[in-house]
Amino acid sequence: MLLFLIEKEFKQFLRNSFLPRMVVMMPLMMMLVLPWAANQEVRSLALCVVDHDESVSTHRLTERIVATDYFRLTCKAADYNEALQQVKRGEADIVLEFPVHFERDMQRGQHPVVYVATNAVDGTKGTIGSAYLTQILSLPLPGRQTAEAVLSPLSQQFRFNPHLDYKVFMVPAMMVMLLTLLAGYLPALNIVTEKERGTIEQMNVSPVGRLQFVMAKLLPFWAVGLFVMTLCLVLAALVYGLVPQGSIASIYVMAAVYILVVSGMGLVISNYSHTTQQAVLVMYFFTMILLLMSGLLTPVRSMPEWAQYISAANPLRYFVEAMRAIFLKGSTLADLNRQLTALLGFAVLFSVWAVFTYRKVE
Amino acid sequence: MTTDSEPVIYTEGLTKRFGAFTAVRGISFAVERGEIFGFLGANGAGKTTAMRMLCGLSRPTAGIARVAGYDVARQPEQVKRCIGYMSQRFSLYGDLTVRENLKLYGGIYGMSRTHIRQKTAHVLQELRLDHEADKLVGDLPLGWKQKLAFSVAIFHEPQVVFLDEPTGGVDPLTRRRFWELIYGAAERGITVFVTTHYMDEAEYCDRVSIMVDGEIRALDTPRRLRQQFDAAGMDEVFRKLVRVRQAGA
Amino acid sequence: MKTFLSFIHKEFRHILRDRRTMLILLGMPIAQILLFGFAISTEVKNSRVAVLDPSADVATRRIVERLDASAYFEVAHRVDCMEQVDELFRRGEIALAVVFSPYFASELQHTGEARLQLIADGTEPNQAQMVAGYAAQVVQQALPRGERQGVTACVRYLFNPQAKSAFNFVPGVMGMILLLICAMMTSVSIVREKELGSMEVLLASPMPPLGIVLAKAVPYFVLSGVNLATILLLSRYVLGVPVQGSLALLSGISLLYILLSLSLGLLISNVVRSQMAAVLVSGMGLIMPTIILSGLMFPIESMPEVLQYLSGIVPARWYISAVRKVMIEGVEMFHVWREICVLAGMTVVLLTTSIVTFNKRL
Repeated sequence: MLLFLIEKEFKQFLRNSFLPRMVVMMPLMMMLVLPWAANQEVRSLALCVVDHDESVSTHRLTERIVATDYFRLTCKAADYNEALQQVKRGEADIVLEFPVHFERDMQRGQHPVVYVATNAVDGTKGTIGSAYLTQILSLPLPGRQTAEAVLSPLSQQFRFNPHLDYKVFMVPAMMVMLLTLLAGYLPALNIVTEKERGTIEQMNVSPVGRLQFVMAKLLPFWAVGLFVMTLCLVLAALVYGLVPQGSIASIYVMAAVYILVVSGMGLVISNYSHTTQQAVLVMYFFTMILLLMSGLLTPVRSMPEWAQYISAANPLRYFVEAMRAIFLKGSTLADLNRQLTALLGFAVLFSVWAVFTYRKVE
Repeated sequence: MTTDSEPVIYTEGLTKRFGAFTAVRGISFAVERGEIFGFLGANGAGKTTAMRMLCGLSRPTAGIARVAGYDVARQPEQVKRCIGYMSQRFSLYGDLTVRENLKLYGGIYGMSRTHIRQKTAHVLQELRLDHEADKLVGDLPLGWKQKLAFSVAIFHEPQVVFLDEPTGGVDPLTRRRFWELIYGAAERGITVFVTTHYMDEAEYCDRVSIMVDGEIRALDTPRRLRQQFDAAGMDEVFRKLVRVRQAGA
Repeated sequence: MKTFLSFIHKEFRHILRDRRTMLILLGMPIAQILLFGFAISTEVKNSRVAVLDPSADVATRRIVERLDASAYFEVAHRVDCMEQVDELFRRGEIALAVVFSPYFASELQHTGEARLQLIADGTEPNQAQMVAGYAAQVVQQALPRGERQGVTACVRYLFNPQAKSAFNFVPGVMGMILLLICAMMTSVSIVREKELGSMEVLLASPMPPLGIVLAKAVPYFVLSGVNLATILLLSRYVLGVPVQGSLALLSGISLLYILLSLSLGLLISNVVRSQMAAVLVSGMGLIMPTIILSGLMFPIESMPEVLQYLSGIVPARWYISAVRKVMIEGVEMFHVWREICVLAGMTVVLLTTSIVTFNKRL
């Protein structure tokens, strides 16, 4: 009986004018466009210099700043207020102001202070931009003797992503997002569509069991999800040359469990909803919150403690952690024991919940 | 499970309440095997609610109902194995073909693939749908959809088939043809339980019951009902019953 | 006019009766504002650190203590060899490892050249940079005071003194929610009537067809107004993000954007036939590009040039930019004339197209 039901789901899926195309197009689009766009890297900030000194030292410092990738000199202003206008007009992101007699004070060893003002509407951009600037400024000035115990070879090294390429960070995240959207929304829309069209009534009056019905809904989306995953892996390798550091098998194990989690969640929502609009809205509401709190875009460790506790109940968080770890760090399933257990737990929870909320009898 | 002498549908004091509203109030009746039983009433009289309880789609608030020997409240899944159902709203899959719908429902009721194939060929011939077998059901005209829905409902040879307003929205000729299918099923021993608000269709039934305000006000053969109410047709019987209700209210 | 009012009345009843949808439509902005305001941030806080300290002398202890004492770090592990560091990174236990050379203190004293390596988890580039930067700062400060070198900078964050991420997100949330309600919900509710066949009944009424559709849009229009007010009040009184510029200007721009979104919704409902398609088209075609290309999450100037141009056709980009300027930077109208013109132009084009396609369909 289950086979007949699954056959039906696949036929309906493939016959739909929209769904199969979307399952191919969406990963293509997201994988090709998104990693380029989803770039939080801070570079080429527009710098406005207010130089009250106009000396060799200030010019040299300015040159040194502009020589980095991080800044480009867009304008010079006569005073701070003029510079502020530039910021308001969006011509400048950051203002650097040298005081009068900068060079003279410098030579006298009086440690002159420069002023930096940064547009912090975007907090991250503001902080990172001013940090870069402070760092460059704090380097010893050329031609001056350095003395004392300076920690000279303080070396910094970045693990797993030595060039700090944002795409490396975003590609695994894209996969998580795609699986969540496709394997989550399609089932959420599925049962509620049967409800709206009335076809579910014919099912409810037949001897199809609840478990069988839910299984017949889950399995096709499971297959679709694994297909999407494969497509993503191929694209990541071909387009970005990004091959998982860990084993492909462990990625599939994680994905297989995770798809059950999101599809199960979709079905639960579908069971509770009466109309498509309701199902979409509820699904959107939850996926939005779950995505934002998953560490996909912002780190979990930066959240306040209470939010971190809540995020322990967020299946997405575990999958994001696991995908990044396997992909970039080469972690094994043994390393990710905690995440796998949590995901398995969620998979069971949502599947059982979906079976019990599917009501054949009013 | 059932013997021939036992009625195939039996209810006693069957009641359904939705909050403060009582849709069906304590109805009791029995339907014999092979009967065509008409279930009449105005819109909102409680017909569909009563039928949904008999099909195991809705849990009774009180009372007993047994279908094919099983209690609908306690054994709804056993009941579902023995019945066929055709809902008021067309509820086959519009994006599957005629053949695929038949196959799906055959499979759901546990028929073997060969059996399904033979039966499908037979049904297609009977409905004269051979040429449309691989067309999407959603593209068929309404009359054919209804015939197909009926064929799906009796595809697995159930003991009882429940039809909820099966002929809504089609012309008298198409309705007439549909009733030929019903007679065919009844001849094969399938009990037919049908709701309708076309009074001419009531005449085709072996027995009819008339529901008003959640209660059964009359139950007998069409002929005896006409005599009892001194009416020329079922139409008049029905009007008289409704007038009684208005006078009482 | 009377018929029109009764139609609007009907649409309101539809929406008000669906408690769950109402609850979510009204609750969504609240949840998102609170999330963005309190739960999500990109600040570095309590990053877990592993220390490999074969020297264990006065200087290293001092540095470790300082690290642990700072709000940025939490020394979570002390390890004996690099293998352990690798393992901790793989399991995602730490964000930073501090590796001292043996005989650290004596080297520092005698040669002035002690070795210290900072290894940061580079999976998330911005975080990695901030973590490494802060750690270097702490280490520098923990060292015996040498002569101060370089130039000291005094940094000011403009418009957002604490560099809070909420300032950046509030305009984004406004852009998203208005689009969701006006475009997605409106199109789904119009298509629903088509799908269920009730549209034909409505079309048979004396009401002109366009009036029917307009009547459907009115409740969503009102709802977006309510949401807009909720967002502004919450961000003012809960997040402490004030409206710096003129409230009238802000409302005017929002009104324009709402109108634009409604025309988009109408356009979508004209071209699709099923609710599912409406959901997918507006989800994939509107919401997705908005999240990615509008500058809501990812700065537009960091994108490749092609995508920067592409982002020009995303209406939310202009809206969010205008809101940021007016609400947070408090600029005058002539600073946002470009955004206003683009939005107005888009509205005219979309509204005409949707009315033309609507009439054609009939």
